[in-house]
Formats: sequence, structure tokens, C-alpha cells
Amino acid sequence: MSTQYLDATPPHTPGADLPEHPDFLWRNPEPKKSYEIVIVGGGGHGLATAHYLARNHGITDVAVLEKGWLAGGNMARNTTLIRSNYLWDESAAIYEHSLKLWETLDQDLGYPILFSQRGVLNLAHTLQDVRDSVRRVEANRLNGIDAEFVGPEDVKKLCPIVNISDDIRYPVLGATYQPRGGIAKHDYVAWGFARRASDAGIDLIQNCEVQGFETDGDRVTAVRTSQGTIGAGQVLLAAAGHTSTLTDQLGIKLPLQSHPLQALVSELLEPVHPTVVMSNAVHVYVSQAHKGELVMGAGVDAYNGYGQRGAFHIIERQMAAAVELFPVFARAHLLRTWGGIVDTTPDASPIVGRVGYENLFVNCGWGTGGFKVTPGIGWCLAQTLAKQEPHDLVEPFGIERFVSGVLVDEHGAAGVAH
Amino acid sequence: MQLIKCPWCGPREETEFHYGGQAHVEYPAEPAALSDEEWARYLFFRDNPKGRFAERWSHSHGCRRWFNAIRDTATYRFEAVYRPDEPQPVNS
Repeated sequence: MSTQYLDATPPHTPGADLPEHPDFLWRNPEPKKSYEIVIVGGGGHGLATAHYLARNHGITDVAVLEKGWLAGGNMARNTTLIRSNYLWDESAAIYEHSLKLWETLDQDLGYPILFSQRGVLNLAHTLQDVRDSVRRVEANRLNGIDAEFVGPEDVKKLCPIVNISDDIRYPVLGATYQPRGGIAKHDYVAWGFARRASDAGIDLIQNCEVQGFETDGDRVTAVRTSQGTIGAGQVLLAAAGHTSTLTDQLGIKLPLQSHPLQALVSELLEPVHPTVVMSNAVHVYVSQAHKGELVMGAGVDAYNGYGQRGAFHIIERQMAAAVELFPVFARAHLLRTWGGIVDTTPDASPIVGRVGYENLFVNCGWGTGGFKVTPGIGWCLAQTLAKQEPHDLVEPFGIERFVSGVLVDEHGAAGVAH
Repeated sequence: MQLIKCPWCGPREETEFHYGGQAHVEYPAEPAALSDEEWARYLFFRDNPKGRFAERWSHSHGCRRWFNAIRDTATYRFEAVYRPDEPQPVNS
């Protein structure tokens, strides 16, 4: 392989590049009687959509309704990985669109998001893993996405603490490597989008739980909330794992199953982990946060759940895998664990587009990988709402595919088994 | 980790079990008569409630038999377990 990516300097003192908190974030307005567009869900996707509605289309008669506090759901719970090395053209296109937006998002938002392109390794542990990985690398390159397959020695150069000995249960046989992948600071991403949307005149309404809908023929006319009924010209549901609880109230069934997905962090450590390492086979993914915590995730818990927690044995397996791959972790202390609720689909790809009603759009089914697409999907949803027809990049993800059979089967590249 | 009560073996640790999704999904009586839309509904669409859910579990590391359960997806509490040939408990 080329060595151009192998001399990356490790991150400097943990926390040194964290900016001060800003004095002003966003307004907290009372809801108006009605809006041109009502977005349900004040997480990353909802806020990004609001931002791009104002920025790209000049549409600001918009409310973002959040049942709790802004970005307090999966946006606050995810492991912040960003990459675009998906297998199929449809997925590669939207994730790469998003990655390009990440690369200039600081300037766009006028707010630091600490996007750190430290590279993402997806490890291969079996011959079949290797074949699948090489296939994906070639597919990525055909789509103009930076990717290469690296051997165990190069894995070691990129991330020196990985155990590449061949006498472990699942030896490292190589990895895909996407140098432009990395992490960002999730809170700052949300705050950046929220601040710009609010500045532009969009109302971000917290503690506003959607309790039902009013419809007239083939249109949704209003959203009933804990802060009263709010009229809506168009409605976008961007509620991640809780989308089914909303569509159930409209009598719309979606092919979604909601599962707990757990993550955890260690105490703060000196910089030891200069890149992002993912492993589907042994099921752990690790990066080191800007402050110094090791951030780890695993697969979803098998059962359906909305409890924002999961079973301990999942964490136990994940830690066992982590310690085998990274023996130095054996001395790290676990600081905290948590769970988010992710909505999975039969083909591990999202459902985006119009469902059931003329003016009702959903954005759901992102499973375990919604964070990385935050700017990209916001961009596409804003155009979808502005023009009332799906943006080209989300068109393949319409719900019709479950009838037509044109699935986008990303189980192999989704990163986490679900 | 919680104890799950297998109808045959009694309470065992969660790690002994395998999850099987929604229960009582009937195979189509006349498969050849189904439209694409109906096939999609049968194959891909399942309930996803926040609350009580009738679902299938297998005691895969024990007696290896499938059974049904009523579980609350918000609390994860098992409210009932019953054998495949038993009806879904009333009031659940």
C-alpha cells in the first residue's frame, strides 16, 4: 500500500482543542398556530434539515418539535463515527455527499464541530472477510471514495495498539481503510445546526411531545402536541427509533424494528488510539474522543426495545473482543454505559420519502449509522420538502422498494449487525 | 441480564435464549394468490409497539424449543410465556 497516510501524528493533549461554550445557542419560542413545515424530532437529522431549508431554499416558516431537549436522543448517545465506505452505489452516493459536507461544515455553521479525519479501519478476520473487504474497496473506488485494503502490518502502523498476532481467536488478516473517515463532536454538530436554524428564524420547540395528528383526506393538516395543536403544510417525521410510535397513530405501518444499541466510554486516557477501528466479526468499534475517553460500541441487542438501555452480556462480549484486539485496554476503567434506540429495516438501509399521505414524509430506519449522514440527509430532506419530491440521492430509499424488490442490502457495510 | 422463564425448563439466564421477533405471524394460506404488495407485508412488515408485544423466543442453549412470550418493550419485563400450541393469554 502507499504510505502517505501512515505518518499521521497522534492527537495532542486531550481536550486542548475543545472550544469554550458559546454564550448564545438558540431561542426558545412559543409555538405559532401553524407552520409551512413541521419537523418532528429535534435530533441531528431534524436540525440539519431545518438549517438547509433556510440556507439552501430560504424557507424559514418551519418548526422543529422535540419531545425532550434538543439532540438529547440518539444524537447525544452515538459513537460519532463518520465514513462513506458503503458497498452499493445508492448508499455510497449519499454517505459520500455527507462526508463532503462534513469537510466544510465548520465554516458553513460558523461553529467548531471538531471533525477529525483520522481514518477508519474496518478489520477483516477471516478469508471471507478479506474477500468482502477487497470487493468493497473496489466498489468504493469506482464511486470515487478513498479506500484501500491494508495488511496486518499496516494496520499496526496506523493503530499501534492493535494486536496483530496470529494466535488470537480472530486474528487480524487485514482491513479496509478510509483515510477521510473520522469523528466529530456530536453535541457541537447539533448545536451548530440548531444555532444557525434558530438565527434564520426557524422555531426550535423543546418539551413538545407529538401526541397525535389531524388529517383531511390525503393530507395531514395538523400535529397535536403537549403544547397544543400546530397546523402544518407539510410534516416530516425524523424521530429515529421512535418513528413507529408516531406512524402507528396515523395507521401507517413501516418495516421498522426498534432495538437498543449500547455504547460506553472509558475514563480519560493519554492519546493511545490515533484512528478509528471497527470490527464486524468480533463486534466492537473504538475511537478515542477529543478529551481522551475510549468510545466503544457493539451490535444491537437482539430484542425490540424502547428502554434506552440494554443487556449487560452484550457489553461483556464487546469488552472481551476489545481486550483481545487491544490488550492495553485491560487496565482501562469503564466510566459509563448507555443505550439509544435505533430503528432497523430488513435491508439495513433507511426509509426516506413520502408515506401514506400527500404531505407526510419520513426519514427513518438509519439503524446504527445515522450520525455520519447528518449533514447529507439534512441537505436532501430540505430539498425534498422544498420541492415536494424526493432528492435524487434519497429516491432509491423510498418505501416502495419493499414491494418492488429493489432493496439496498447494506448488511455487509452497515458496520454493526442488525 | 434477566431470567426468562422457559415453559419447559423454568427460569434461565437471558444468554441461553435466542430472539425470534413477532409471534403469531401466519404463513399465507394461499401463497400463489398473493400480490407483490401482500408478499411485502408478509415478509417485511412487523409490529413495533412501545409496550406489550407478543414475540417468539427459542431456548437455544437449553431444550432448544421455541415458545411465545408477552413482553413489554418499554420495561423489557416478561408478562407471560406460553407454548406455541397455547393461545395468546387474554388481557395481555
